[in-house]
Amino acid sequence: MEVDESTGMYVSTTELDIAEGKVIEALKKRSQQPIPDPDSWLDEELHRNILLTSVDAILNWARRSSLWPVVCFPACCAFEFITTAASRFDISRFGMEIIRASPRQADLMITAGTLTWKMAPQVRRIYDQMPEPKWVIAMGACAISGGIFRSSYNVVPGYSRIVPVDVYVPGCPPRPEALLYGIRMLHHKISKGSIATEGK
Amino acid sequence: MTVALSGKEIADKLEQQFPGSIVESSQDSLVVKSEFLSDVASFLKDTPDLDFNYLVSITAVDYYDYLEVVYRLTSMKHNHSLVVKTRCYERVNPVLPSVVSLWRGAELQEREIYDLMGISFDGHPNLKRLFLWHGFEGHPLRKDYW
Repeated sequence: MEVDESTGMYVSTTELDIAEGKVIEALKKRSQQPIPDPDSWLDEELHRNILLTSVDAILNWARRSSLWPVVCFPACCAFEFITTAASRFDISRFGMEIIRASPRQADLMITAGTLTWKMAPQVRRIYDQMPEPKWVIAMGACAISGGIFRSSYNVVPGYSRIVPVDVYVPGCPPRPEALLYGIRMLHHKISKGSIATEGK
Repeated sequence: MTVALSGKEIADKLEQQFPGSIVESSQDSLVVKSEFLSDVASFLKDTPDLDFNYLVSITAVDYYDYLEVVYRLTSMKHNHSLVVKTRCYERVNPVLPSVVSLWRGAELQEREIYDLMGISFDGHPNLKRLFLWHGFEGHPLRKDYW
């Protein structure tokens, strides 16, 4: 950012704009197909080592009991998430009340809201900064498919173009009960995971 | 309550000051020729009994034959308002004079219009895309975008 001497207004340099445009175009180009949903937990019988099951049980219990969401709420579904986090619905029952402003301390991304292509690189960066293991809940119609804005010139048709999605919660917006149900589904999914199949 | 001034009366005043500047006028609004826009805007702002010191919004409309830019002005002192429009018949490279030097609030909205409607504002200090990224093709709010 620079200050234009003649007007006293802030002017950002064209080089920054060009760089930003290139990043968005590149991301858009390689995001034309959705990322497949993670499904390694489905074929548990195939990969599971009998010696690891009790380790898995403890590890998965620990992981699902303290899912910390990251702050990544681009649009209006965030209000339903806020209600979910507040005292009436109270996600601290699931050990989730700490909503992390730093992605490095979080392991769950609840993608509440419409995502524009201009915002997409930032969401991908937040996801990349989260440490493994990490999960994504796509919350609401826009997060699943783009919703009513799907055919727009600037809307990402579903978060699965940008990040792999574990649980889809439909609704426009979903009620807090629906989100809680989605979180419970994620708990079930985590409890079926195994460190033997991780990263495959 | 803000009084909406008659576009006809203001148009008569402007016609006396700048002959040939008015395209048409009605009770609600007046349409100014684009080459007179700067003069008319500064006249509306600086004349004491008009004193339009606050620009509420700028917006643009695509009517296929021409692009129309709508300025909504309000006077804080006299508590009256006026709608001024101007038209641009060029679609390929439309240019209109900027009013940022008069109302600084116009800066962001003129950028928005440039971004989504493709109208360049002559004299704007930082005219580039606002919502879309550098390298985006086309101007999506035009009727012929798809």
